[in-house]
Amino acid sequence: MIVGGDHQILALLLFSAFVAATLAITTWVSRNRRGSAEEFYTGGRLFSPMENGFAIAGDYMSAASFLGISGLIALFGYDGMLYSVGFLVAWLVVLLLVAELVRNCGRFTLADVVAARMSERPVRIAAGTSSVTVSVLYLVAQMVGAGSLVALLLGGTGDAARSWTVIGVGALMVVYVSLGGMRATTWIQIVKAVLLMAGTITLTVLVLLRFHGDINLLLNSAAEHSGHGKEFLSPGLKYGGDWTARCDFISLGLALVLGTAGLPHILARFYTVPTARAARRSVVWSIGLIGGFYLMTIVLGFGAAALVGSAEVKASNPAGNTAVALLAYNLGGGAGSTGGTVLFAVVAAVAFATILAVVAGITLASSASVAHDLYASLRRRHAKQRSEVAVARVAAVGIGAVAIALGLLARDLNVAFLVGLAFAVAASANLPVLLYSLFWRNFTTRGAVWSVYGGLIPALVLVMVSPVVSGSPESLFPGVDFQFFPLQNPGLVSIPLGFLAGWLGTVTSGDMPDEAKNAETEVRALTGAGAV
Amino acid sequence: MDEQEGRDPAAARIDDPWYDALASGWGELDGETVPATVPAQHDGDGEERLSPAEIYLEVHRSAAFQEVRRRYRRFVVPAVLAFFAWYLAYVIAAVGAPGLMARPVAGAVNVAMVAGLAQFLTTFLLTWAYARHARLRRDRAALELRWVVFEQNQQNNPPRDGPNPQAEQGRGSRWIGGQGTTRETNR
Repeated sequence: MIVGGDHQILALLLFSAFVAATLAITTWVSRNRRGSAEEFYTGGRLFSPMENGFAIAGDYMSAASFLGISGLIALFGYDGMLYSVGFLVAWLVVLLLVAELVRNCGRFTLADVVAARMSERPVRIAAGTSSVTVSVLYLVAQMVGAGSLVALLLGGTGDAARSWTVIGVGALMVVYVSLGGMRATTWIQIVKAVLLMAGTITLTVLVLLRFHGDINLLLNSAAEHSGHGKEFLSPGLKYGGDWTARCDFISLGLALVLGTAGLPHILARFYTVPTARAARRSVVWSIGLIGGFYLMTIVLGFGAAALVGSAEVKASNPAGNTAVALLAYNLGGGAGSTGGTVLFAVVAAVAFATILAVVAGITLASSASVAHDLYASLRRRHAKQRSEVAVARVAAVGIGAVAIALGLLARDLNVAFLVGLAFAVAASANLPVLLYSLFWRNFTTRGAVWSVYGGLIPALVLVMVSPVVSGSPESLFPGVDFQFFPLQNPGLVSIPLGFLAGWLGTVTSGDMPDEAKNAETEVRALTGAGAV
Repeated sequence: MDEQEGRDPAAARIDDPWYDALASGWGELDGETVPATVPAQHDGDGEERLSPAEIYLEVHRSAAFQEVRRRYRRFVVPAVLAFFAWYLAYVIAAVGAPGLMARPVAGAVNVAMVAGLAQFLTTFLLTWAYARHARLRRDRAALELRWVVFEQNQQNNPPRDGPNPQAEQGRGSRWIGGQGTTRETNR
């Protein structure tokens, strides 16, 4: 990796400016807060669809997409595109089935939607647990991303810098969340989304200019410099091997498209707008932004292959995470040039900002699950009643600590893989229960509880016994071998299990469907009657 | 109600379902909206009062609501099946028929590339179609039903001590799960 002192300093300056700006936002929006739960979890529900659309896009476009997807495309060509396509198509599930109905039926969290027509306590505990699990997995992915970004920036100097980055990111996000709540978090997402889009558009335009707008030339050049020739542009380089690799591809594809609708921090965003119509319009905004962004990551990926070359990308980082940074260096004029230094610093700062913002969004959503779902259900009846918001602030600190610890532990895992895993768990544990309770009138409490645990436990267990954890040179514990599930991504098995468990639980429980509750749920979901 | 700084306070009247003005514009299919022929309005005094659960049941049975639900489902079910099948076909073709996907179309662009970009295109198109359908065919009727429920609740279950001062606490327990009100009226 080419490292000059200049771009480090410049990147740090830019990043410090972002941190200063976001801290200023946090102070500004919380200057006369009233400490209500409504304000802390939803920012008062008064964001406009456009603001919320940008914030959703900011929450969703993580560093894994910016760095990871372009890197995968730079290394494996067409096979990396699956991430881009899956991440976008997933929004159709959100738009058509989830966004409006969740806005109408819920208040702060996923569990609100499910618990509305069931016996509250067990359902809340189940949904809260799975939400926190998904959030922590996703958080760890972002923390690991922050760590490797800094390693790249400082030229791989020392583990200490990496660890301190993870700790620093964790501490900052705790400050944002516990002081600023949803209002600060949302503004940070908006700022970050604008920065990320601006950075991506700049790089894309530069790539296209370099090839005089000739896509054909870009693709041919990418194929040529990838070392794979024409195969680079067609499926099979990464996932074309034996049937396990192919099943893994399908499993990942399923997890990507079904996971988004079960991500707690995405669901929480729909509560920040006043109505279901506003929620729909914010999703339309975010689909436009996210679609444009992922189209550009494809250009950047092929551009990195064409201009930098797959071999050099791989030499810099085997997972390809540095492809965009190297591309920026190249586009600016190459090593030592001012343009290269500036562009590189911009990319690094944008990636940092991205990680920080995403991390803040997830922390807020999971602290809401802890305080609103778990604490409220598990608190001993006669214990002193604390304000829910106070609990949420403490939970944000706790979750931050857990994420920092896990992020330090898991720092050698691939970022895109960790994200895929979080999506698989979200799709297995959260999506079935959400869809059943919105659309199946006979769904019962037992069905809800079974469907959460029936998706969550298989997903986690299958990862434990997969080659990710043991039994292969790249796994977490390469020394031991207790692997017997061949796929890296559990989605193909655990998502159907989640749906099956929900169905089984419902048909075996003797509960009679409560007609009045069903009527209320349906009317409220589709009309918004009685929505907060 | 928390008000965000710098916002028009009028925009904050969430209790009033009408405040969310409908988008009007070209292509508004006005004639096709469903009249909200819900339920006879009950006078607040005199006869027995309807509990919130009964109000929801009544609205649920009304033709207007059934029509809103039918319109929603008739768009969403086929749309979800279609895009999901198309996405699965795309994923499975990549591993099942790599030969087909590698077939060149024009220059360096092959079938796989075209299919990937077509996924983007269909996503954008379906988003537009859904938003348009919801705006023109569903929003108005849904808003009218929301208003009906709101009014009937006001008539049948007037807030006991005037507008609730702790708006947030009150709204929360009144609406979410509906248990707050149910308990109160059944007492």
